[in-house]
Amino acid sequence: MSTEALPPTLVANPRLGDWLRFDHDGIVELRVGKVELGQGIITALAQMAAEELDVDVVRIRMTATTTDLSPDEGMTAGSLSIQQSGASVRQVCAETRDIYLDVAAEKLAVPKEDLTIEDGRITGPHRTETSYWELADDRLLDRPASGTVAPKPESDYRVVGTNVARIDLPDKLFGRPRYVHDLQMDGMVYGRVVRPPSRGATLTSLDTGPTLQLPGVVNVVCEGNFIGVIADREEVALTAAQRLRADAEWNVHPSLPDEDDLPAFLTSAPANTTHIAETQQPTTASPHGSWSATYHRPFIAHGSIAPSCAIALATEGPRLHIWTHSQSVYNLRREIARELGMSSEQLVVGHVEGAGCYGHNGADDAAMDAAVLALATPGRPVQVVWSRADELAWAPLGTAGVVRIDADTAADGSVLSWRHEIWSGSFISRPGMAPPPAFLATSDRDRTAIYSDAEPPLERGGGTRRNAVPGYDFPSYEVVNHLIPQMPLRTSALRSLGAHLNVFAAESFMDELAANAGRDPVEFRLSHLSDLRARAVLEAVVRQSNWSEWTPGDSVGHGVGYARYKNSGAFCAVVAEVSAVQEVRVQRLTIAVDAGLMINPDGAVNQIEGGAIQATSWTLKERVRFDTYTVTSDNWETYPILRFSEVPAVDVELMPGNGNPPLGVGECAQGPTTAAIANAVCDALNVRVRALPFTTDQVVAAMPS
Amino acid sequence: MADDALPASTVSVNGRQCEVRTEPDTALLYVLRNHLGLKGTRFGCGLGVCGACLVLVDGHPTYSCDTPLWSVMGKSVTTVEGLGADGPHPVARAIVAQQAAQCGYCMSGIVVRAARLLAENVDPTETDVRAALDDNLCRCGSHNRVVRAVLAAAAEMRKGDD
Repeated sequence: MSTEALPPTLVANPRLGDWLRFDHDGIVELRVGKVELGQGIITALAQMAAEELDVDVVRIRMTATTTDLSPDEGMTAGSLSIQQSGASVRQVCAETRDIYLDVAAEKLAVPKEDLTIEDGRITGPHRTETSYWELADDRLLDRPASGTVAPKPESDYRVVGTNVARIDLPDKLFGRPRYVHDLQMDGMVYGRVVRPPSRGATLTSLDTGPTLQLPGVVNVVCEGNFIGVIADREEVALTAAQRLRADAEWNVHPSLPDEDDLPAFLTSAPANTTHIAETQQPTTASPHGSWSATYHRPFIAHGSIAPSCAIALATEGPRLHIWTHSQSVYNLRREIARELGMSSEQLVVGHVEGAGCYGHNGADDAAMDAAVLALATPGRPVQVVWSRADELAWAPLGTAGVVRIDADTAADGSVLSWRHEIWSGSFISRPGMAPPPAFLATSDRDRTAIYSDAEPPLERGGGTRRNAVPGYDFPSYEVVNHLIPQMPLRTSALRSLGAHLNVFAAESFMDELAANAGRDPVEFRLSHLSDLRARAVLEAVVRQSNWSEWTPGDSVGHGVGYARYKNSGAFCAVVAEVSAVQEVRVQRLTIAVDAGLMINPDGAVNQIEGGAIQATSWTLKERVRFDTYTVTSDNWETYPILRFSEVPAVDVELMPGNGNPPLGVGECAQGPTTAAIANAVCDALNVRVRALPFTTDQVVAAMPS
Repeated sequence: MADDALPASTVSVNGRQCEVRTEPDTALLYVLRNHLGLKGTRFGCGLGVCGACLVLVDGHPTYSCDTPLWSVMGKSVTTVEGLGADGPHPVARAIVAQQAAQCGYCMSGIVVRAARLLAENVDPTETDVRAALDDNLCRCGSHNRVVRAVLAAAAEMRKGDD
């Protein structure tokens, strides 16, 4: 390996000592730039480090990512952490092992080739012995990665590929403080923010007097439309926020479109339109049939069980230290600094675990809220926790969208040409990825709405276009993307981005085409699919679900969905079995995934299963509700999610790695699961439901009148 | 305001009498987390809907986020930290052992609810477990693993009783 071949995050952070150090007590301190979001990443990376170093995995201490100490590996997003951070960790550890072997060989006066390492103990001939811990010396790693040491071959793996227990779960299950919400600092005070009563509302007056007289209130901050309060106890902060809400007067006006006619709004709103088209095999055959269908997804909330939280401390300078569950502490530092008129060097941003976020939720906003309140209260750490209502109504949402697909088919029904047209808001408004303001606090302060027309390139998977390019062998296709820059509600990354709607639409349409041709949906897909790994997951899921032995019955159905996530990630096929008597219930999901090398198979299954259950919830229940003023689905009764009694049985089969490199699995099941359910509903009721979610009302609305 | 200007209340938590100084209508959740430092009980919705803040009050599952302090005076509060007779409750241990959690944030409430179920029914069916946990929300999709872990914990506890 040469330095050109080093993994990108190692090229960006080449010094080995920035990633790793040994101490004399038998501990390996590992620093990475990817953060734990409940997906098990720190355990998987610890496994990869233990493997290369030949130490027991319990010796690996994962240091929480912080901007003053950790390598900058960008965001923790897009199911890329194993590919990016894992590759760097593996290389760092392989080189570190090699360096320590050199030192050990010299100390023991034996040839390096004769040394072996077991759990950090380095032994050679004639009972010579030392260890990483004995040799521990930070200066040895004060050098850049060279790329001259090859990591272990997969055939030697002993730790990678096993179900090592999650490092973080004992604390989380045994009631020990571990979440950012649990941090208790000396002198800490409690902040709450009062959001406007509607979108685009303007604060006309605020009487802070009654609030400031409440015993325990430390400060009130009011800038533009931003209202915050700081109190010395949390219960006082809650009371004070209520008081402020009552004492604020706002100018409100309707600004949102008719929620019941959202597809019409989306397809007529001003948009930036881009085209991708490819014809692989020009055909002169005239089409035998032409087909078209239009699909819709509403806005979907991230719905973390923990409302967003952050702590900030302002000290002389001013300097700011922020503790956050953000997915990107480095971007957050830069963008908070920019929007507060500070320099990045004045800020330290450290990650502390939060609940699952599933994308860009309120985490970054809460960090800015805390920063603004902390600057007004120097010397005291300010903890901000959002309310449930703000989390569901004011955090960025997964965007609503419409997809129309047109296809021309041959006499046997196979696809000659395919056109996939998208109308959607952006999935990309994370701090630093769209024009400022990126944060609710500065948006409120400056009375400037947050908009984004950002769309990552297809090489990185795209955003709204994710999985819009067909994964099948169609002779020609075209993708048209209408990206709506000024969405009525703020949108950003939600697990799988556009892949969810695009795969729901494309895989529903594949079933419609198969039905039009009188062909089995699995056979129809396989006839358009030459990729062997793709075929293998479809065949596996068909076998596992006993697809061919299915017994049709009243109001029960089965359906299939397939996609390769981002067209370059994990292959995933899902078979859903549903009943649709009074409401649609998903009884069982059978899933097959090929994600190459598995670091922690049980962790991967957990992620896939969780993704599929969450997608089932999106599919059956979820829809952000709003009137013309604001979001109205701001609690779990108006925004219901799937419950224990409604969760389907889920069986996941992991395909053998076959020497393929590891791919992320956290998002691959979202689209195929929704598509499989849609196809199963059609099988059960002979009704094609093209608008999510599949509530009884929407199923009835799809029935022929 | 000095703490001693606030009314003092005594509340029994995990078998210990604890004195706290706050307004009597303060939610039990904040008493537990901030005044007593018991961070296992978690804020999720503040409306008694999601179950993240569940504790036992005289053995009954109770949402601590909308339960005022005055209403638990003279009663016995048990949090996730105090559930197990000897260390963490078997349900919590089973969830760790079987990797039945992802982010884990909802799990304290689930452990409290499941512990209560197993105290009443030593041999529940899968349907019993799902019904018992139906008011506890989990967003990561760990439901099926949790159900298996609760059943495993039940089996373990029955074995221990032999």
